[in-house]
Amino acid sequence: MKKYNTLFAIPYFIWLVLFVIAPVILIFGYSFLDSQGHFTLANYATYFASGKYLMMTFNSVWYAFLITLVTLIVSYPTAYFLTKLKHRDLWLLLIILPTWINMLLKAYAFIGIFGLHGSINHFLQFFGLAPHQFLFTDVGFMVVAMYIQLPFMIIPIFNGLEELDNSLIRASRDLGANAWQTFTKVIFPLSLEGVKSGVQAVFIPSLSFFMITRLIGGNRVITLGTAIEEHFLVTQNWGMGSTIGVVLIIAMFIVMALTSERKKGGKR
Amino acid sequence: MKKSRFKWSNLYLILVFCFLYIPIFYLMFYAFNAGSTMNKFTGFSLAHFGELFADTRLIIILLNTFILAFLSALIATLIGTFGALFIYYVKQNRSKTLLLSLNNILMVSPDVIIGASFLILFTTLGTAVGSLNLGFITVLLSHIAFSIPIVVLMVLPKMQEMNDSMVDAARDLGASNFQVLKDIVLPVLSPGIIAGYFMAFTYSLDDFAVTFFVTGNGFTTLAVEIYSRARRGVSLEINALSTLVFLMALILVIGYYYISQDTGKNNSKGGGVK
Repeated sequence: MKKYNTLFAIPYFIWLVLFVIAPVILIFGYSFLDSQGHFTLANYATYFASGKYLMMTFNSVWYAFLITLVTLIVSYPTAYFLTKLKHRDLWLLLIILPTWINMLLKAYAFIGIFGLHGSINHFLQFFGLAPHQFLFTDVGFMVVAMYIQLPFMIIPIFNGLEELDNSLIRASRDLGANAWQTFTKVIFPLSLEGVKSGVQAVFIPSLSFFMITRLIGGNRVITLGTAIEEHFLVTQNWGMGSTIGVVLIIAMFIVMALTSERKKGGKR
Repeated sequence: MKKSRFKWSNLYLILVFCFLYIPIFYLMFYAFNAGSTMNKFTGFSLAHFGELFADTRLIIILLNTFILAFLSALIATLIGTFGALFIYYVKQNRSKTLLLSLNNILMVSPDVIIGASFLILFTTLGTAVGSLNLGFITVLLSHIAFSIPIVVLMVLPKMQEMNDSMVDAARDLGASNFQVLKDIVLPVLSPGIIAGYFMAFTYSLDDFAVTFFVTGNGFTTLAVEIYSRARRGVSLEINALSTLVFLMALILVIGYYYISQDTGKNNSKGGGVK
């Protein structure tokens, strides 16, 4: 069986080398090249010396943080209430359904909704408020990003809450804890794994969105993703693009380290 | 007390579901607009569906997108299933963990990074091999590449459920390697394989960023086409298209629901997200 296995696993290994290991090496390598292909540290020097890039990184992280926070605040109660419903599989499916629609289409919907003559403004005018430009603002960007990410936060939290042993909740109530105490001392800590994977699933893509920033954010919001796309496909400065890519990879590892910290000593 | 809280929670859920579905229904509603903007509904018309079906370019792109998803999911499922088989039989704990972490790199990487690094990879390969034009082949390879890890993650838990003594018994009774694989291993794995295929298929359909990086002039997928059209402004043809896409997604989700009812509840679309 073993020999047999190894033979059939060859494509898998080719994939590992070619599409997992090689790209990581290449992107690190390119971050040390200038536009002529010579070794240089100039990309990193530019990144750290010019306030522009640091500011952009900071902004990107800040936006991603806000998006993740708001998504979490909206998602946790949603997931919690969903576990209380009767046909929760079906309801969960309704949460999943929007993720099967291409996110470009969803972003496109918001172009109509947010436009100066769009529905939001009709709604505001109905209450006598002046029309307001939502498209091409950072608020607009965050709403759309949140909209797209919401299911990816709800689902892991829901899974975490559903795995929770009901007898623990009953035990806590029997021992005299009130509903709030049960929630803060039992339910929330035990669902933390789900929250962490949700945060991971939302934060990292939020750092790297580029089509939403272009379509909804106008070029006002520049995330790390937008910067990479610009350097690779517009200005063709792959070295600088790779440098920002390396920053994004490092940011990713920090997020993952923070969110999976407790797993080692954890439940299982 | 209990009753009133229950109602509040329902109200909250209704609001969340409204938030999730209003944009989608908004899109579909304006697909039937006689006018040409998403601002004012001037009357019912199917004109935009007519436009859509007359737009051969868009129809070809739609077909391309589906062929791409079908092919990449198929190949990724094949490679990933055998990868999972191999990982399962790795005895050493450390190499197993290493393999799994390598496997998961593409699952957690942002798609901009995947796209950019694959672009570098393909141009590097291109200069090494001779000519590798950016187009269908590079997009197909990329889609296969980012779909493999999800297949592995879907198949591996099924392997762990498999009873190893079954394999030994089959072996003792004189089954060949192929027979063991066909009659014992694959039937146990099939729910995971099907779920993996489904996930790979949707990953491919949903991808925008990676395709955007690695495609050339000749080949476009739906997402990339919508992006370039949306940048030029609103066209209700896209709304008509999204109505169709929504219906298709609905059918796919119902299909997935029935499959996941078989495989158990734990494999819902959680965890990995591009």
